[in-house]
Amino acid sequence: MIMEMPSTSITGPHPAGRNVNPADPERRPRSLPGLLGGLPADGSALGLSAFRRSFAAPPSPSDDPRRTIIDTVEAAGLTGRGGAGFPTAVKMRSVAAGRGPRVVVANGTEGEPLSSKDALLLTRNPHLVIDGALWAAAAVGAQRVIIGIDRDNTRALQAVRRALAERVPVELSASIVEVHDTPPRYVAGEERALVRWINGGEAKPTATPPRPYERGVDRRPTLVQNVETLAHVALLHQLGPERFRRSGTPDEAGTMLFTVSGAVTRPGIIEAPIGTPLSKVIDAAGGATGPLQALLVGGFFGTWLPAGAAMAAPCSRAGLGPLGASPGAGIVVALPETACGLVETSRILAWYSAESAGQCGPCVHGLADLAEGSALLGAPAGGHDPVAWMLRVAGQVEGRGACRHPDGAVRLLRSALSVFASDVDRHRNGRGCAGVYAKPTVRVPSSTPIWR
Amino acid sequence: MARLQTRSAAAEQALALDITACDGHGICAQLLPELIGLDDWGYPILRRGPIPPELRKSARWAVANCPKLALSIVACPAAAGPGAETSDIRR
Repeated sequence: MIMEMPSTSITGPHPAGRNVNPADPERRPRSLPGLLGGLPADGSALGLSAFRRSFAAPPSPSDDPRRTIIDTVEAAGLTGRGGAGFPTAVKMRSVAAGRGPRVVVANGTEGEPLSSKDALLLTRNPHLVIDGALWAAAAVGAQRVIIGIDRDNTRALQAVRRALAERVPVELSASIVEVHDTPPRYVAGEERALVRWINGGEAKPTATPPRPYERGVDRRPTLVQNVETLAHVALLHQLGPERFRRSGTPDEAGTMLFTVSGAVTRPGIIEAPIGTPLSKVIDAAGGATGPLQALLVGGFFGTWLPAGAAMAAPCSRAGLGPLGASPGAGIVVALPETACGLVETSRILAWYSAESAGQCGPCVHGLADLAEGSALLGAPAGGHDPVAWMLRVAGQVEGRGACRHPDGAVRLLRSALSVFASDVDRHRNGRGCAGVYAKPTVRVPSSTPIWR
Repeated sequence: MARLQTRSAAAEQALALDITACDGHGICAQLLPELIGLDDWGYPILRRGPIPPELRKSARWAVANCPKLALSIVACPAAAGPGAETSDIRR
């Protein structure tokens, strides 16, 4: 979840449908400043005075929404970077339309175990996130900003607290920003769970309605945005919407942070325009260390794709949609030929079951059954064929939780059964699978039962 | 006219389940098998759409007898706001 990771930037204007080869200066258009540009080489955080050389301070938030800011966000075409890709301006308008005072929550919980881009951003460029949150607060008319960060992510917490301590004496508007350390659970980052925890409850999703934009923190209209999304809000105001749009695709503008791991030479964070082909993302991480059989795109909450078909696909919602996938929060894992996708999936499904908030019967029982079934799948020469049973369970789990946690397990499972179908047969027929004994490619964390 | 309005308003009603409150007692499925089935673990699966007029009384009875107050009758789901159609649990 929290890794020390190198970062690479292949930012630059990327007209839709055109291949950008970062190594080819002829075809590489003039580079634009991105989220990770200008960071100190020694790995420390960018300080306020250096940051202010490139970024003008956002306006001071008041109780009245500044709709021109929302118009600018809309003109830039910004979409959420937390996984769902929802248009940011639409969310801002919904919150601004509510009765004030309003609240902004910067979601830096990053519970997805394979993602560490939010941690990198908070640790290395905290002022960019704080600026984005203040732009958002001014936009919706909020005079309270809460940055939520996983309490296990001590480096990011420290960096943001330091940044605020540095800033408040010189820029009073930052005094409205609070930092909260959230429980180390996956579901705790779901926006309703986060709001419920801020309000003093357990970090578990609530039944809807209401949604946070209607009634959130202290029952106030609340804008919950991923911290990378907020960093883009600050960036697009600096660049102007037209320049911001020069990266990415017409529907999904700007760059995006990708966390690349697995069988690549340099695992780490890559900033690339949305729509960059997956092969280029892998290349930017130093390339594959050997032949790949599949990519896990979107992380634990994502989809397995066969490596061959996936490599040429543009990494955008529109580009991956036809393959049944989505970039999610920008996670790419390269699975080598030597690994067993079923065993990897089985470990992830066990994690899914352990991470259930325990509120919804179909999630509690269904995910336990899927974890059990997938363990049988992964076992060499299993006696029973659990596939039909698992598909029956999957059908009874999907769409039946208060949040999308169980749906993520079902999607991952279905993609595994499809991409690794020949392995299912191989295991069932008792033919050997060396991958069963290989070192795990996907790192699966343990779960701790803490909800406050 | 007034009667017509009442009729049309009533036709807009549907069953709703707060799955976080439900403990799977299964009483609702016994009282209203026409609209409620149970999954492999005993949790209700609701039939979508408005409650037919002839089942309204049974529906109210099922709602009243849920020991966890997890079942309710609501106006047919209105247009969803931001977030309702998203594919991820977070944004």
